[in-house]
Amino acid sequence: MENTAIGNVWVFIEQEGGKIADVSLELVSKGRELADRLGVKVEALLLGNGVEHCCATLFQYGCDNVFLAEDPRLEPFTVLPFAKVIVDLIREHRPNILMFGATMKGRELAPRVASEKLSGLTADCTDLRIDDFEDQRNHIVYKDKLMQIRPAFGGNIIATIVNTWEDPQMVTVREGVMKMGEPDATRTGTITRVTPALTAQEMVVKVIERVRQEKTVNLKGAQIIVAGGYGVGSAANFKLIHELAKTLGGQVGASRAAVDAGWIDHDHQVGQTGVTVRPKLYIACGISGSVQHRAGMAESKKIIAINTDPAAPIFSVAHYGIIGDLNQVIPMMIKAYKSKA
Amino acid sequence: MSCTILVFVKQVPDTKNVTGDAMKPDGTINRQALPAIFNPEDLNALELALQLKDRYGAKVIVATMGLPAAAGILRDSLFRGADETVLLTDRALGGSDTLATSFALSRMAKKIGNFDLVLCGRQAIDGDTAQVGPQIAEKLGIPQISYVQEVQELGDGKIRAKRAIEGGYEVLEAPLPALLTVVDANQPRPQNASRIIKYKKAKTPSEVAAAKGAPASEEELAALSAKGLLIQEWNAAYCVPQDEFNRLGKAGSPTNVKHILSVVLTAGNFQEVAPTQEAVGNLVHELIEDHTLG
Repeated sequence: MENTAIGNVWVFIEQEGGKIADVSLELVSKGRELADRLGVKVEALLLGNGVEHCCATLFQYGCDNVFLAEDPRLEPFTVLPFAKVIVDLIREHRPNILMFGATMKGRELAPRVASEKLSGLTADCTDLRIDDFEDQRNHIVYKDKLMQIRPAFGGNIIATIVNTWEDPQMVTVREGVMKMGEPDATRTGTITRVTPALTAQEMVVKVIERVRQEKTVNLKGAQIIVAGGYGVGSAANFKLIHELAKTLGGQVGASRAAVDAGWIDHDHQVGQTGVTVRPKLYIACGISGSVQHRAGMAESKKIIAINTDPAAPIFSVAHYGIIGDLNQVIPMMIKAYKSKA
Repeated sequence: MSCTILVFVKQVPDTKNVTGDAMKPDGTINRQALPAIFNPEDLNALELALQLKDRYGAKVIVATMGLPAAAGILRDSLFRGADETVLLTDRALGGSDTLATSFALSRMAKKIGNFDLVLCGRQAIDGDTAQVGPQIAEKLGIPQISYVQEVQELGDGKIRAKRAIEGGYEVLEAPLPALLTVVDANQPRPQNASRIIKYKKAKTPSEVAAAKGAPASEEELAALSAKGLLIQEWNAAYCVPQDEFNRLGKAGSPTNVKHILSVVLTAGNFQEVAPTQEAVGNLVHELIEDHTLG
């Protein structure tokens, strides 16, 4: 297939109350890298109402152009009008790549768009690269395709997926895995205003009530995380985890098992269905280390695992392993830190 | 009010319990050793449907696409309270990605017809994509409400549901028919003992044929059906027009798998630290020295 005049790299910008989600800036940074490799532009899709001020930030992180669609019907976010605006833009401008954060919004919006556009969509990517793809069955070589790399099968395999149908190549990308670049205050770009062509058909879903609060924990930005798992044993015992985190100036993380047991809120969950983190130090206490959990923390710079079971898979990613009871080891750590720091 | 609720379910390998025999000596997965289970969030979707049946008197139809063995989760659905079950199985469906899968399921839904609600689990544990639900909704041209935790009201051609959003929840109202993807927010009811006794005899035509070693006759199937013991078994041609066959299976899938890499669990290369005050103290000191701890 001949590759003529390929389209640009697009990033769907997720915002809440005019504040851009971190994952969107991570994707703009990644988009810049992909676009430079392809020799095309990075363009952002910014939908909402009263969000024009976000454009400056998007330029600073690497966008060349922002498609800005402002309409009261685009606040708060609902799937159908967002999908309509995006599909209309795709049909008009034919982007090569379209990326969404693999957030709750991204994961309900992207498939709706992909289905209407008959585009391939790969969920929850953890890496993206440009490379050639040879379809060996049909003996076709596709130049400069997007390699969409994601864990599958519960994290037990890593698959590289390629979309060979008509563009755009669509992906959702896990939060926290792409590195956010440094903003460049001198960078500017253009704004393309879009008038949403919405009809009653897209407005059938009504928001009756909406309750949300900003997360009180910021695991993604934390340099030190002390995380507890099922081995902590009880909600009361979790205070040891909090105590160590507080002593070390870190945040509290948790495995899914601890969250499911009700010992700690989901906001603290690290792993495939939680947050992906890469702190300077990750201390896993009583966490066996399922693939789902390891997927969310294995990139940490230093990992200390404390577990009574020497066969626990968490030790496979640990730099330091303490085979012992966290009830004894954690107080030792606190004591040592307080006496030496 | 009475309504028809269609629940799409999937039989999946139990990827959450990859231990022991499921690991090969080289650290990769032996998929054959994984038990096939009812996808967990699909059980939540079925439970929500059965709760609505209890509240409003709905008819619950459970449908799946998969290998013939997927009839197992349809029997399980009957044990828990489903009214009818349908299995779509066909070689033409092999290699389907989420787009081709949602296309086939949307054609199943159209063939079943006259549904008021379509329920799906948020995602399946083998792929974790969460794409099929929203894509079925788009193919059917109906609204979707994702991540539903509970249904507050159903009636007057509308549904009002509470669903999770990042950092909170929303209550959304949509006209029927609508599609809901359901999260792990209810406790699926267990199989009912008297229903097990009745429905363990429920079979697909293929299972009837396999049991007797000859194709099932029309009369046999009609008799089973009259007792509510027939698990309907469709091939692709039954619900997909011939000119849409290119949208099924590998042919209907825009995505290609270029490469698969098994995650190998390496033996620990970690430095072992004894659980003593001295050893832990040295570790903490080392981390302060190299500025990991401030």
